[in-house]
Amino acid sequence: MKSIYLIIVLSPLFGAIIAGFAGKLIGKTATHWIATGSVAFSFIFSMVVFKVHIFDNIGAFDETIYQWMYSGGIFFEIGFLVDNLTVIMMSVVTFVSLMVHIYTIEYMKDDEGYTRFFSFIALFTFAMLTLVMANNFMQLFLGWEAVGLVSYLLIGFWYKKETAIYANLKAFLVNRVGDFGFILGIALIVAYSGSLHYGQVFDVSSDLDRIQLNLLGYDIPLITLICMLLFIGAMGKSAQVPLHVWLPDSMEGPTPISALIHAATMVTAGIFMVARMSPLFELSEFTLSFIMIIGATTALFMGFIGLVQDDIKRVVAYSTLSQLGYMTVALGASAYSAALFHLMTHAFFKALLFLSAGSVIIAMHHIQDIKKMGGLKKYMPITYWVSLIGTLALIGFPGFSGFFSKDAIIEAVAHSNIFGSTYAYVAVLIGVLITSLYSFRMLFLVFHQKPRMGNKTKSHLKECSPIITIPLILLAIPSVIIGAITIEPFLFGDLLKTEIFVLPAHDVLGQMGQNYNGVFNFIVHSFYSPVLYLALSGILISGLIYLKYPFVADILGKRLSILIKILQYKYGIDELYKIIFAKASIYLGSFLSKTGDKTIIDGWIVNGSALLVQKISIVGKKMQTGFIYSYALVMIVGLIVLSIFLINF
Amino acid sequence: MITDWPILTTLILLPIVGGVIVLMLDSNLAKKLSLFFALLTLILSLPLYIEFDTSTALMQFSENYQWLSVFNIRYSLGIDGFSMPLIILTTITTLLVIIASWQTITYKTSQYMAAFLIMEGLMIGVFCALDSIVFYVFWEAMLIPMFLIIGIWGGKNRVYATIKFFLYTFLGSVFMLIALIYMGNMASSFAILDFHSLKLNNTEQILIFLAFLIAFAVKVPMWPVHTWLPDAHVEAPTGGSAILAAIMLKMGTYGFLRFSLPITPDAASQLDLFVITLSLIAVVYIGFVALAQHDMKKLIAYSSISHMGFVTLGIFISFAIINNQDIAGAALGIEGAMVQMISHGFISAAMFLSVGVLYDRMHSRKIADYGGVINTMPIFGAFVVFFAMANAGLPGTSGFVGEFMVILASIKANFWYAVLAATTLIIGAAYTLWMVKRVFYGEVKNENVTSLKDINKRELLVLASLALFILIIGVYPDILTRVMHATTDNLLQHISISKIK
Repeated sequence: MKSIYLIIVLSPLFGAIIAGFAGKLIGKTATHWIATGSVAFSFIFSMVVFKVHIFDNIGAFDETIYQWMYSGGIFFEIGFLVDNLTVIMMSVVTFVSLMVHIYTIEYMKDDEGYTRFFSFIALFTFAMLTLVMANNFMQLFLGWEAVGLVSYLLIGFWYKKETAIYANLKAFLVNRVGDFGFILGIALIVAYSGSLHYGQVFDVSSDLDRIQLNLLGYDIPLITLICMLLFIGAMGKSAQVPLHVWLPDSMEGPTPISALIHAATMVTAGIFMVARMSPLFELSEFTLSFIMIIGATTALFMGFIGLVQDDIKRVVAYSTLSQLGYMTVALGASAYSAALFHLMTHAFFKALLFLSAGSVIIAMHHIQDIKKMGGLKKYMPITYWVSLIGTLALIGFPGFSGFFSKDAIIEAVAHSNIFGSTYAYVAVLIGVLITSLYSFRMLFLVFHQKPRMGNKTKSHLKECSPIITIPLILLAIPSVIIGAITIEPFLFGDLLKTEIFVLPAHDVLGQMGQNYNGVFNFIVHSFYSPVLYLALSGILISGLIYLKYPFVADILGKRLSILIKILQYKYGIDELYKIIFAKASIYLGSFLSKTGDKTIIDGWIVNGSALLVQKISIVGKKMQTGFIYSYALVMIVGLIVLSIFLINF
Repeated sequence: MITDWPILTTLILLPIVGGVIVLMLDSNLAKKLSLFFALLTLILSLPLYIEFDTSTALMQFSENYQWLSVFNIRYSLGIDGFSMPLIILTTITTLLVIIASWQTITYKTSQYMAAFLIMEGLMIGVFCALDSIVFYVFWEAMLIPMFLIIGIWGGKNRVYATIKFFLYTFLGSVFMLIALIYMGNMASSFAILDFHSLKLNNTEQILIFLAFLIAFAVKVPMWPVHTWLPDAHVEAPTGGSAILAAIMLKMGTYGFLRFSLPITPDAASQLDLFVITLSLIAVVYIGFVALAQHDMKKLIAYSSISHMGFVTLGIFISFAIINNQDIAGAALGIEGAMVQMISHGFISAAMFLSVGVLYDRMHSRKIADYGGVINTMPIFGAFVVFFAMANAGLPGTSGFVGEFMVILASIKANFWYAVLAATTLIIGAAYTLWMVKRVFYGEVKNENVTSLKDINKRELLVLASLALFILIIGVYPDILTRVMHATTDNLLQHISISKIK
């Protein structure tokens, strides 16, 4: 099996290298065949791995591939841990990546950087697989940073666009803030457990739990410090408040990568990481509460911003933020499996929504303002229907994949009783309404109503080619069915029993499992909960506003103008950061440079001492008058002083 | 391979003799012959790695002859796991710098090439000297070619820069000389290894430690004696900057490992907090200063200081870790410091040579004069983005390895050391990538940028070799760390035992 795992990981790397170095030489067609082929290869082998792990139950694989380094009693290794959790991630990553590769062939066909783009997305697949297949913290960090690098390169893919190169720098730096915490968390783990290997660290987790660290006079449980630091890493990568600011801006990148990296896979790395570390996080209830509150805040308040966005990609981006918040809430509630379940369903329907948005963008000749669209249903039936599927899955319409995962999360939060769970429950409930409102607002504005675009654009409107629509359809299928098929093994079966560790006191999914009687009953049960009605009222309200009585939108816009302004300014967080971090850092830098280095060190000390020497020498120079009588005077005075000195002794 | 062939002497003399010959030739022949000598020196230095015995901390490839018998000064050479990688770094960088200067230096070319060859020999001498006077001679002699390189081929303000450079470093080494003579009298020998076993009381140790600290801190350079470096870099020609950053700065940190720690372990242990504080100031303070620079070379110079802060941090946290009864764990800090030295050698050379590529074309180092360079120089741009990422410590490049090791080690010493050190993840990325953004990305900013030509084969060779080394160490650092284990363990055993009776 080891060689199969290696092939899965290395194949996209190979594709990336060929596409990157030889792309210009071998031409566009050969490049996309090689890159897509390499990922397809990975996907097929991932399916093989899926079969033998999930169906044949061969058990987890945990081995070193090579020793990276040894130092100070610690082995730094590259190795794979392939268990059911890994297998699920591998399958999702390679599948979505393959769809995006195919889609890209058409979407980017006229772009100058065609081969570069393929090189990057294949490289991304390699990096993401390295991350999810790691069996140790170092490799996790390696993959973590590598996906960040590719994200940086792809957000700034159109490097001439000022907004794009601003966004990619911002994304990298905000992620680095998260990594700052992450690396410290890893360092603490290594310092106290003496190992980087997951299994060895988890084995001593109860020992770590007993250690207290004295920081600034306070005794802090080590495990809480570790988990908080690790979670800061997750906040960066999975764009949780207050480190969320980079994700909406990342939409400056081409749409296929928004789907792959900034919706389906990379941004969920933080969720994956926390779930993977469940044996540690379970021991720190403080951190779990913190996670839940952060997640709930993200889920609700980022959803609000989605209501006022007019850029088609930004609506989907805020919805991604909000959904990542849902996953985070689930982690806080110790419903790790539910978080992973939502991660999976979300990967499919959000990739679908992004790629559909891309399809609309192509048809609209790169107009992204939904206020300038409308009536596209007639021209783009396939895109419309898959968008509708994606939207229904997103709002959690009964039967669709998102329904199962989101309902499970809300239910789990309801069962949780750690600090913050009440707030989280209210937030995720309101979040359902908000999700449904902004999703259908967008759907109605884009596909229904009368066309609002210019005649020239309108005359060119048509459905995209099959290279675009086939991946859409292939993504639409799991968006509908995957939830119903997998809810049972995922949440209540033993699919993740060995991978996820939950303390009995936190076992909300276990409690839910006692009332679970099959998929059908799960759906029926939803009719007795407020969740469904919130989602439906969202559809109804946006339907009334945007289909029936469009003037209501104008009235609301006037009445609530202050509120809308606040949302449009994203609560002012971006501006605040600009002032307190970017501007202040540069100001501090120039202050230290000018005052510290130039004035004090160079001016006073270095050049000052040179000046001092000069001044002394001027005095000395004055004594060298060249006149014999002045020398004689000095000699006589000296003689007298010396004599007095000698006589006294 | 003849085992008793004096390979270290050969490595010192070959480039020096070569340099003297080159001095007498016309520029065309001089270039070719310099290339030959530099290449030959590199090839001859490879056996040091290949035949290096990783199982022992004893000096290898030793040579030992009577020199000045009156004072018992001996011509004694040898290398261990600390000096060997630095010698290889020297031979690699010198060769690359000579290739990089091939077309760019037209004024007094043969003298320029000769200066680099002679300097190479002297630098190798510093790394393999085992007698402190021999060490001191090489240490001071090395300043002369660098002084000339900046003074003759430098920029407008070169005189100020050279004098500052010379006075700063010279002032530092005078204190070292006093310390060396003092110990030489005590031990009736100037052998560095004899100094290691010399019993010194607390006051002696502290004074000697401070004397060394001044000499080495200037060289590293540590805050606040760092201000000569940005000036020297800005005025130095590209090759001079590359050698200065890649190798000369390492002599200070090498000095800590060779002299300060083993000779005055008790003083070092008492004053470690002082040095750690200076190191952390270098990492954080200088990081912010780098952010505010408008000149690419200055920015990279400050970035060098900040990265060297990691080296001194890694070295001096070892005492705190040893005090926690974790002698093995302290190795992470020392080896991390060593890896950071080598890695920074390659990365800083790459960064300075890259700025050189731009400077050769546009004769400006000002960030504001550039913009959108990647449009006209895509291959070059790809290299620079890679080097920038290495400078920002991205995993998979050598820049990550050293930083990671030092952060892991420093958290064992004190949580807050690690917190401050880890800020480099953010600040380092900020100043490096912000520069990349302003210089390389965006629309082509002016006509000068429009007319830029992408790198030629010669430049490609230089940058690609550096990229390869950075990548190899990043992906498989074991090839570097395995030669250090024995030496590191020996050093840690040695410094964990007090010298005071």
